[in-house]
Amino acid sequence: MSVGLADMEAVYGARASFVARLWDNRAKYLVGAACLVLITLMLLPLLASMTASIKTTSEAASLPPTLIPQSLSLDSYEKLWSYQAGLPVYLFNSLGTALLTIAFTLFLTIPAGYALARYPVPGKELLFVFLLLALIIPYQALLTPIFLMFAQPKLPNSLVGLAIIHTAIQLPFSLYIMRNAFEAVPRDLEEAAVIDGCNSLQVLLKICLPSVVPAIITVALFAFITSWNEFLGALVMMSREDSFTLPLILSASRTETAIGGSDWGLLQAGVTISMIPCIGVYLLLQKYYVSGLLSGAVK
Amino acid sequence: MYDTKANRWIGLLYLAPALLFVAVFTAWPFVQMLWVALHSWSLITPPKFVGLGNFTRAVADRQFWVSLGFTLQYTLLITPILMIGGYLIALLTVANTPLRRLTRVVVFLPVVIGLGASSLLWYWLFSTDHGYINRVLLDLGMIAKPIIWLGVDANLSNWAIIASVVWKVIGFGMILFVAAIQAIPHEVNEAAMVDGTTTLQRILRVTLPLTLRTVLLVTLVSVIGSLLAFDQFYIMTAGQPRNLTATSVFYVYLNSFPYLKLGYGAALSLILAVIVLAFTLVQMALTRRSHA
Repeated sequence: MSVGLADMEAVYGARASFVARLWDNRAKYLVGAACLVLITLMLLPLLASMTASIKTTSEAASLPPTLIPQSLSLDSYEKLWSYQAGLPVYLFNSLGTALLTIAFTLFLTIPAGYALARYPVPGKELLFVFLLLALIIPYQALLTPIFLMFAQPKLPNSLVGLAIIHTAIQLPFSLYIMRNAFEAVPRDLEEAAVIDGCNSLQVLLKICLPSVVPAIITVALFAFITSWNEFLGALVMMSREDSFTLPLILSASRTETAIGGSDWGLLQAGVTISMIPCIGVYLLLQKYYVSGLLSGAVK
Repeated sequence: MYDTKANRWIGLLYLAPALLFVAVFTAWPFVQMLWVALHSWSLITPPKFVGLGNFTRAVADRQFWVSLGFTLQYTLLITPILMIGGYLIALLTVANTPLRRLTRVVVFLPVVIGLGASSLLWYWLFSTDHGYINRVLLDLGMIAKPIIWLGVDANLSNWAIIASVVWKVIGFGMILFVAAIQAIPHEVNEAAMVDGTTTLQRILRVTLPLTLRTVLLVTLVSVIGSLLAFDQFYIMTAGQPRNLTATSVFYVYLNSFPYLKLGYGAALSLILAVIVLAFTLVQMALTRRSHA
């Protein structure tokens, strides 16, 4: 009996200790498994959209839907390219609005952030609160008057008008980030520059600005993502189809395709194209994105 | 060196563009909205003063209450899922190992894509015949025939939209919770470990209380976002069936633009703004305390 046990240990010992090791590390493996499940769940919808966009037209319309494309084609992208006014027009509108929003936001918040951090402006606290007004009044509640304002001069359907709305949305966050960034610049540098005869504008442009480049990237990044993705303001402002941004034309394409119903391949090609720039800039500039989120959202 | 009289004016000059912008594009529209809310106006006919008529009309408007009730229901359902789910994922991934870092990056990915794009993506996934969700449920034998998720049953639509939004935004809370948990000094956890506490005890008695402020703030941000929900409902159900899934912002939008009842729309948005303001003020109070 005892001999038998020893034999068994000789034969199964390695395996038993393997099982024991597994058991001892069970928490670690469970965490690892949970992480993998989460990663899969989060990525599947993205992959589904991307793979659906490269099905052939007939496969995209087939029933029941295929989960994995049987053959690859760029049909959906070709159709999207020439859909209504054409993809280039919508990309231009979306990108143009986003770039204008970045420009407006930086133009307004760099000098304002500098002044708030350094200058003895009378009533500064009150002015700061006034500048954060958009935090108190959600822009969703201001759409009627903003629409009325842009209805009079020829601003509806203009990218400038839409960029102004997007700038108003982004202003409080951006100002907050810029002010904090300027406050963190060491004052010695500026004092030395003033002694060397720099004027105020030169101090801002030559001394302070290089030190706040990370904040500028953060502000530009958030302005881009907000503007590129914004839906309601664009829906209200843009009534002509050739002035639609990407989310608008895609939303309209649900019902307005030649075949009557939705062209699912075309729709997912559009979804993929609208997701890629956001995912790209996020992965490239992750550090700035997360730091902006941490200082802007809950501090 | 900045403390001179001339600098007061230079500083004001630097602030001027931003002040002017906020005055013209936020403050003035707000004043205008107050004015419009007191009028009956359809753009075609001239505005007619009706006093508080638009507000009394809202109180008697069944759809106003349906929309508000639905918005609150959506908020009450999605907020706990986002907060508890986000916190659990944060606890799971808080250690800086490569796999957990990767998990954080992936869970956060949908946060950066647009709500419009993600709603169009899920609109397709939930579509009756071509959607993958019905296809997979049928294959697994969990359902006998395709479910019409969107636009026919208000509750089913709501849950489908909640699923899509949870996927889209759960990473937001997670990333802020991770930062808050990581900011807890090591000594605190070590002391608790020396005392022989279990992991669960440490989470409940150390981690959670020390990150409570972040949890509250993220909850408020999330509640405000849900109260103002629009894109996902406009895209995925268009308010159907019978405007039962038309959220408050959706109803403001319907009145202001397709119906062109500008005065009524303005009054409705004012009511909504006041409700949201209550939450914003709490959020600001919490934020200020953190600076002191």
